[in-house]
Formats: sequence, structure tokens, C-alpha cells
Amino acid sequence: MKKNILEAVRVVRSKNSGPYELTLDLLFKDRRYFDLFRRQQIITPELVGRLYGVRREDVLAITYFEPAIAVKMTIRRPVASGAPGDSDVYGAQQHAPLLSIEFDE
Amino acid sequence: MKNEDFRVLSPAGILGYGFPVESFMQGIARRPQLVACDAGSTDPGPYYLGSGKSFTNRAMVKRDLRFMLVEGLRCGATVVVGSAGGAGAAPHLAWCREILQEIASEEQLSFRLGVIASDVPKDTVKAALRAGKIRGLPFVPELTEEAIDASTHIVAQIGNEPLIAALQAGCNVVLAGRCYDPANFAALPIMLGYDPGLALHMGKILECGAIAATPGSGADCAFATLTRDAFVLEALNPLRRFTRESAAAHTLYEKSDPYHLPGPGGMINLEHCQFTELEGGRVEVRGSRFEASSPYRVKLEGARPTGYRAISVAGIRDPILIGCIDDVLQAVHQQVASIVGGRAQGSIRFRVYGKNGVMGAFEPVAKTLSHELGLVIEANAATPDEADSLLSATRSTLLHYGYPGRISTAGNLAFPFSPSDVNLGQTFEFSLYHLMDLEAAGQFPVEIHAVERGRIMP
Repeated sequence: MKKNILEAVRVVRSKNSGPYELTLDLLFKDRRYFDLFRRQQIITPELVGRLYGVRREDVLAITYFEPAIAVKMTIRRPVASGAPGDSDVYGAQQHAPLLSIEFDE
Repeated sequence: MKNEDFRVLSPAGILGYGFPVESFMQGIARRPQLVACDAGSTDPGPYYLGSGKSFTNRAMVKRDLRFMLVEGLRCGATVVVGSAGGAGAAPHLAWCREILQEIASEEQLSFRLGVIASDVPKDTVKAALRAGKIRGLPFVPELTEEAIDASTHIVAQIGNEPLIAALQAGCNVVLAGRCYDPANFAALPIMLGYDPGLALHMGKILECGAIAATPGSGADCAFATLTRDAFVLEALNPLRRFTRESAAAHTLYEKSDPYHLPGPGGMINLEHCQFTELEGGRVEVRGSRFEASSPYRVKLEGARPTGYRAISVAGIRDPILIGCIDDVLQAVHQQVASIVGGRAQGSIRFRVYGKNGVMGAFEPVAKTLSHELGLVIEANAATPDEADSLLSATRSTLLHYGYPGRISTAGNLAFPFSPSDVNLGQTFEFSLYHLMDLEAAGQFPVEIHAVERGRIMP
């Protein structure tokens, strides 16, 4: 039975990592979910690419960070921060597509 | 020296964000050797670096800096402020320095002031580019001489070394241009012989004020005690505490790789870092290491003008118009192009809130379900007048545009304001975000002044 990501995480957020990158964090509720996501490889470049409609090469990195029981995804910004056509200078409201992630427990 | 505790007070995430006096005085009561604050960021976008203006408020900066100078100097602490004026270029540094001098004069303060400019001359950047000593960061367009020439300001994120030069020269107040945020906190302890990995990691957390505590806040103080092989974080407001996760999670913030945090001259490696909760809402951190790299590299930041912008804000409530909004906006776009012809150089952009105004191309929801839409009409052009003209033509065309099926024939837009149009002035984009090899880490000279009872001595 599929569960929604909100069962597993307490923080879902996005932010600039410099003007050219957007970085997305999932902070898990506890180590059990962190281990489960890491073991099942739920967060992949392909998943992030599909959720944001970006090419595989525009997904810079996916890193599981044990000390914070978190996973970080970093992608290319479609437009550099504050450049003509940008819609979110701080990149702080780009996390919503992550809310559709599902997982099996 | 190394066996002593080194205590650091960070008043706020950004100079000018404010902090509760109670928290600050709790920190002062712990007799810090250093009161430091990061005053800047690239987060608010390229306008501030490009225009030479501060994104922080003058009165608030003065309020925060007055507490730091008066109370910091009274308890014998060194006061360090980096990325002065927000973007840290010459006009920002001058702006913050003027505020500092006003406070010194009003409070009759005496201290030794070190001022470090971090601007990099265009010729230096061009010479480095030709010599292959510039490299791009991921997704950053390749640097060209045209981009260098077009930039209004180019700064380097300076590291510890120029700050240490000022401190070694006896300065107990240091004001720096664009500066690697953790360096404001790490320079003095590194000079005193503390471990650079721990000092920089401590600085990385403290530079955001109490954001790394829980509940987090950039408008509150944080305190750290650095020893030979660890540092301990604590919040100074009883409402907040540090936890293992809050401290560790902060390392994720605004970074692409939480284990490896690159900065001037090397990187902080957190692969062997341990976070341990102590009683009293404190967290001890150990195992952070600094790995120096050669050649010594700094990050350059630059911004260049892109033209002028005018906008109009309006709402749409008509369900028929909402149902065909994309087609209508496209038709208006074409009609305006035919009206202004080749005369007005520029571009029009519609931002449709309630549809995809926030996420643009990233928006996964194809069809809006909203009963009303917010619209920002944006015109960009080479001159302010052209931007105004383009906006005016677009706004009036859309207001009265007759689309198929229209039943609301008096007007298509609800304007919340009169005037409906506003010119936002000059616009900028980042032109440099590249690494440059430096000959010497300390090549940013320090200007030193004795300040006696508020008067700057020659």
C-alpha cells in the first residue's frame, strides 16, 4: 500500500544554493524512514527529473546526509536567481512537486 | 591559548535583521571574545550588487551595529562584520562604514578599525581569464570579457587571511567587504591557534544567527564555545534550543553537498563530524576538518545591468476569461507587438498567479482550478520610458481585449491601485559567479584607522 511522503518527513523545502542551483531537502521524521528511503533508493535523479520536468544532466547531485537524517537533491535553476524571467528569487517555494512522492513501507 | 575556551556571540543572521535585547545581553554576560555578524548574501538577487544599494534597512543596521560596538567593546570583545552593506562592494562598504562612524561619534567610542575592500579590478579578472585561472561553477555560463566589462561591481568572497591580517595589526573592529560568511567567526580563533575545521564549521552555523536552533530564527542570537577539539552551540533565548538534528540539518541549508563545504582556499569536510546533544539545549560538534587546496581560490560575484522594468498588478475574476487565459494573453502579446512594432525594444511577460506564477516551467499542475487569478504584467526595455510605454500599451490592450465568448464587456482587469503602473527602475543579472585562482590569499589590503572618542585619526 503506497504511502505519501508526508508520512515519512517533517520538512520539505527548497532554496537557492547560489544563484544557479536550486536545492531541495527532505528531513525525515526518524531514522527508520531515512534508512528505508536510502535502502529502497526512492529518491533518484530520474524521479527528480520527472517531478520537475528537467533533463537527467540538470540533476547535479542526490546526497543522503546521515547526521541530519535527510536527503538533498540539487538541480539546475531554469533561470538564474533574479535574472529576467525568474519567478522565485530565493527559490523558497519550489518544493511542491516533492509532495507527490509515494513509497512502500 | 589553545586550552582556553573561545566564546563567540552571533547577534543575528544578517546585520539589520534585529535581535531581542535580552538574548544579546545574555550573550554579552558570557563574556565573548568575539562578537561577529555576517551582513550580506547573494540571496536577494543581483539588483543589490549591481546597483550598489543595500538590501538591509539603514536604521536597523545602525541599531544592530550599535549594540555590537557598544556592548562588544565594553566587554573587551573584538567586533567583526563582513559582507558590509549586503553585497560587499565598494558602495556597500562605504555605506556601512558611514553608519559605523556615526555610531562611534554618537557613543564616543575608541577602537582600532580595520577596513578591507573586496572589490576586484576588471583588469585583474580579465588577466586571470586569459591565463586560464577562472573556472565556472555548475550551470554557470562561461565567463567572457564582455561580461566582465558590462559588470557594475565585481567582488571576491574573501577568506580568513585578510581578516587575520587586520586582527594581527591590532584592529579590534573589522569591517570587510564581501566575505565568506564563516570567516567572520573563524578568523580570530584560527589566528589564535584553534583548529580551522572546527572554527569554520562553527562559523558556518553561527553566520545564520539562531536559524540552526529550533524553533529557528534569523532575528535572534546564537552562542558558541570553541575548545581544542570541539565546539558547543547554545541558543540564548529560552524559547529555543539546539538539537542534534537542528545543528546537523543546518549544514544542508543553501548548500548542494552537505558533507563537503567549499570556501576560499579549501573546504570543510564533515564526513567524520559528530553531533552530540548536551543538557540545557546545547549541542557539541566535533570531527569537522578543513582541507586546504592549492591553488588558493576565491569565488567572484558580479552583476550587470539588463535594462529597465515596469509592472502593473491586476486581478481576474471572470470564469470565461480564466478558462481561456493562455490564449488571451498570447493574443494580447501579438496585438501589442503589432501596435508598437519595431519601435519599442523590449519584452513583455505575464505572470499568472493562481496558475503557474510561482513555479513557471517547474509547475506540474497543467490546468488551474482557481476561481480568480492574480496577474503581474511586466515590461522590460532598454530605457525607463520604453518600459513604461510597452507596459501601458499592454495593460490597456488587455483591459479591453474582446476575446471569443466574452460577456463581461466593460473591462477584463481589476486593478487594486491607482496608479496601476509602476516603474521598478534598472534591472540586473548576475554576470560572474566563478572561482578565481589567487596569487596570495591576503592580497586584499587592510586600511587601518585609530578611532578615538568617535574621531577617526589620520
